[in-house]
Amino acid sequence: MPDVVVIGAGVVGAACAHYAARAGLDVVVLDRGPVAGGTTGAGEGNVLVSDKEPGPELDLAVLSAGLWRELAGLGGFEYEPKGGLVVAEDDEVLAALTALAAGQGVEHTVVDAGRLTDYEPHLAPGFAGGVFYPQDAQVQPMLAAATLLREGGRGAGRGTLSLRTGVTVTGFLRDGERVTGVRTDRGDIPAGAVVNAAGTWGGEVAALAGVHLPILPRRGFILVTEPLDEPLVLHKVYTAAYVTNVASDSAGLETSAVVEGTPSGPVLIGASRERVGFDRTVSIPVLERLARQAVELFPALAARRVIRAYCGFRPYCPDHLPVIGEDPRAPGLYHACGHEGAGIGLAPATGHLIAQALTGARPGLDLDPFRPDRFDPDRSGTGTPAKEG
Amino acid sequence: MTRVYDLAVIGAGPAGVAGALEASLAGLDVVVIDAAPRPGGQYHRHLPDSFHALRPGALHHGLERFMRQWEALRSRAEILLGHRVWAVERTGGDAAGGTAGATVTVRCLAGDREERPRAVRARALLIATGAHDRPLPFPGWDLPGVLTAGGAQALLKGSLVVAGRRVVVSGTGPFLLPVAAGLARAGADVRGVYEAGGRFGLARHPLLAAGKAAEAAGYAAVLARHRVPYRGRHAVVAAHGEDTLTHVTVARLDADWRPVATRTVECDTLACGYGFVPQLELPVQLGCATRRDADGTPVVAVDAGRRTSVPGVYAAGETTGVGGAELAEAEGRLAGRTVAADRGLRVPPLPALARRVDRLAAFARALHEAYPVRPGWRDWLRDDTLVCRCEEVPLSAVREARRLGATDARSVKLLARPGMGWCQGRMCGYAVACLAGEDPAAPRRPIAQPVRLGDLAGLEHPLRKDDRDDP
Ligand SMILES: Cc1cc2nc3c(=O)[nH]c(=O)nc-3n(C[C@H](O)[C@H](O)[C@H](O)COP(=O)(O)OP(=O)(O)OC[C@H]3O[C@@H](n4cnc5c(N)ncnc54)[C@H](O)[C@@H]3O)c2cc1C
Ligand SMILES: Cc1cc2nc3c(=O)[nH]c(=O)nc-3n(C[C@H](O)[C@H](O)[C@H](O)COP(=O)(O)OP(=O)(O)OC[C@H]3O[C@@H](n4cnc5c(N)ncnc54)[C@H](O)[C@@H]3O)c2cc1C
Repeated sequence: MPDVVVIGAGVVGAACAHYAARAGLDVVVLDRGPVAGGTTGAGEGNVLVSDKEPGPELDLAVLSAGLWRELAGLGGFEYEPKGGLVVAEDDEVLAALTALAAGQGVEHTVVDAGRLTDYEPHLAPGFAGGVFYPQDAQVQPMLAAATLLREGGRGAGRGTLSLRTGVTVTGFLRDGERVTGVRTDRGDIPAGAVVNAAGTWGGEVAALAGVHLPILPRRGFILVTEPLDEPLVLHKVYTAAYVTNVASDSAGLETSAVVEGTPSGPVLIGASRERVGFDRTVSIPVLERLARQAVELFPALAARRVIRAYCGFRPYCPDHLPVIGEDPRAPGLYHACGHEGAGIGLAPATGHLIAQALTGARPGLDLDPFRPDRFDPDRSGTGTPAKEG
Repeated sequence: MTRVYDLAVIGAGPAGVAGALEASLAGLDVVVIDAAPRPGGQYHRHLPDSFHALRPGALHHGLERFMRQWEALRSRAEILLGHRVWAVERTGGDAAGGTAGATVTVRCLAGDREERPRAVRARALLIATGAHDRPLPFPGWDLPGVLTAGGAQALLKGSLVVAGRRVVVSGTGPFLLPVAAGLARAGADVRGVYEAGGRFGLARHPLLAAGKAAEAAGYAAVLARHRVPYRGRHAVVAAHGEDTLTHVTVARLDADWRPVATRTVECDTLACGYGFVPQLELPVQLGCATRRDADGTPVVAVDAGRRTSVPGVYAAGETTGVGGAELAEAEGRLAGRTVAADRGLRVPPLPALARRVDRLAAFARALHEAYPVRPGWRDWLRDDTLVCRCEEVPLSAVREARRLGATDARSVKLLARPGMGWCQGRMCGYAVACLAGEDPAAPRRPIAQPVRLGDLAGLEHPLRKDDRDDP
């Protein structure tokens, strides 16, 4: 019997499994699809500290950024600590941006208008200035997830880590309230503990255990250009509007382009945010807004071709914080989901904290803001009575 | 106000032209859009102008017929050649079936170097975008001198280039014959036609069984006259040369296409093709339902009148199943008549036409069944054989992705990058799906053709100059 079953082989599930195995636990990862086939396969790979207000998410992001640096040593996936440049449209925005940076307490440099092109030679003129964040990085999320899974069980003193694809979790094994394993379309798997890392589908999985998690899809489109012969964009570049968009609760369309080059040549332009359920229909107005914002940042992009667009569904929680930790309403069930547009960035810290919780170690960060039952009207409540299976 | 046509037809091949002509004869205001600078689609466009003189018979007949339709259409409909469609959108109306007020916006890029965006609006849409070549990878398929069958057909246009070339034709399917015959007639030294599937020689070619005796005999006669050997159960399994093709390895195959014995044939040109992939990105953008054709390929699902699952959207020709130019034309005619009838015009029923479509479609099914791609082609590949040429992804990388937990074509692409390059998997998609162990899925490409960011960004201004030159 494994110590832990992790539901979901996205980047968050992979990180949970990786750190749990490193902590000596035997782990089985289940996914109904392939590795990284969910939202992880539709993400952009930004590991950002720049876009977060001071608070629990920023703490998580800073912890995670350091862990990604370390994990990059595993090899097997691209990791580029390229830094992010946030630019301000006018002086007022610049003042707000600078104040935010001061409050965040992370490494940054305020860049005045005249020096912006030292960072980005092709940036459009007319910006009031910006802030450069050297810790912002880029990972290839799909290969990163696959690598974390492959490497987790390798090494002396570690637990085992096995991945089973094509297995759908359909329910839970229970002993009273306690979760003691999962039911799947391929049979029951008893386990010491279960981690729900089902991303955008985390709410559905939680419901199988009779507990409520309000996770909704928030759609995002990304544009990919043809490979460029010369690097036009050196860092991650976005306007200050992005920060307010990320934190917004609106269901309507919001776009604020984050533009960056990739090692293989194409420029990535992402991403829009809108709550339209799981609707994949292409929205040309969304694509055109992203394109316009990218060209406003880098006019030279106007002549470059987009060869691809794709969309994915971020796992969105109403308070924009992920759910991390054991569920008091269903002991033995741990949640690690709902990371919205930052799951790639936040995955290692999430995995690290979950492994600490699983082994009974003192968590490196206060998990209270990420509590699974925080959405219940009666915060101490046990939710709906849990049903078996 | 931008002009709203009754019907926009995408594709000026046999299906699109026939459909547009029927619809405009019935009284609809029609616009025909094609990316190519000339009409004719995949097949007729590539026939050399001198073809008439060279070749009496079935093909000549087909081309002449097409040109007559084209001339008739030109005087009746708006024609937009050199317009690449990169997206289609449907607005208004309701998904449940109401078409009143619904329009389709077709987003094009006009011109080649100096391309500019242009939007065309219509109340109904006929998608007749045809199919593209389906190559299989093998060692050396990326060498200059190795062409797809469609590429070889394009070469024919300048017969001068072809004359004197030593050509090998390999692959599977009935279209190998016209390709080889065309090349031989144009003066190429065709060293052999290697049909991976056919167990029997030309004398028992499935074209005969399918009631195409005259056509088959015509090709056979050309091949015999030029002393071109035709071998069933044989295929080119490797191409060799330093910078350009010098020779190929031809293998005799077992029933599953595993090589049994090999030999070398010298040549400087190899034309290779394993069937066709219907171009589905536009119907998929609109949400049209697809189905699997007899050979497992996804195609647009249509009813007997060529209506797709999306109201106001019709499809004909190879997008609805690969079956040759004659079938494409008949389906196009049927579609054009249905559109006119659905738009309230009086169109007398033509039961003979529907019967003809059924008969030709049955023939197409029989050919699909006669020419399946067998799994043994995977044994032709080596670890370093490129599966995706755009991104230079070797077979070993695909295998590594599978070891990492990729169990379908999409996840193989995400981990190893096949299909992420310029052609967006049009060339390698079929092979990657097979290597990932699944049937190829309908492609999801929200952008069907590369489009400049500046043009994409400009769309929001409805009154830009390009839209205003519409009367
Ligand atoms: C357009 C876009 C851009 C983004 N850009 C960034 C970015 O730059 N930086 C960043 O940090 N984040 C970004 N994100 C967000 C990021 O992609 C997600 O937060 C992250 O991938 C979530 O990972 P996950 O492992 O939680 O979920 P997923 O990757 O979705 O994994 C969940 C897995 O659970 C499986 N599953 C679900 N239900 C079951 C079941 N019942 N049984 C078995 N398996 C099940 C699914 O198959 C899936 O594989 C972006 C997202 C989008 C859409
Ligand atoms: C080498 C070869 C030999 C063949 N030999 C024979 C034969 O001997 N007999 C026979 O019956 N058939 C033959 N065929 C098959 C024949 O070509 C097809 O059956 C026929 O062309 C299908 O007609 P269609 O109208 O469906 O599509 P097509 O002829 O392929 O026309 C589709 C048109 O749509 C246009 N288009 C596609 N996408 C877009 C876009 N996004 N924007 C704008 N325009 C677009 C294309 O430019 C093209 O002109 C052969 C094919 C090949 C390649």
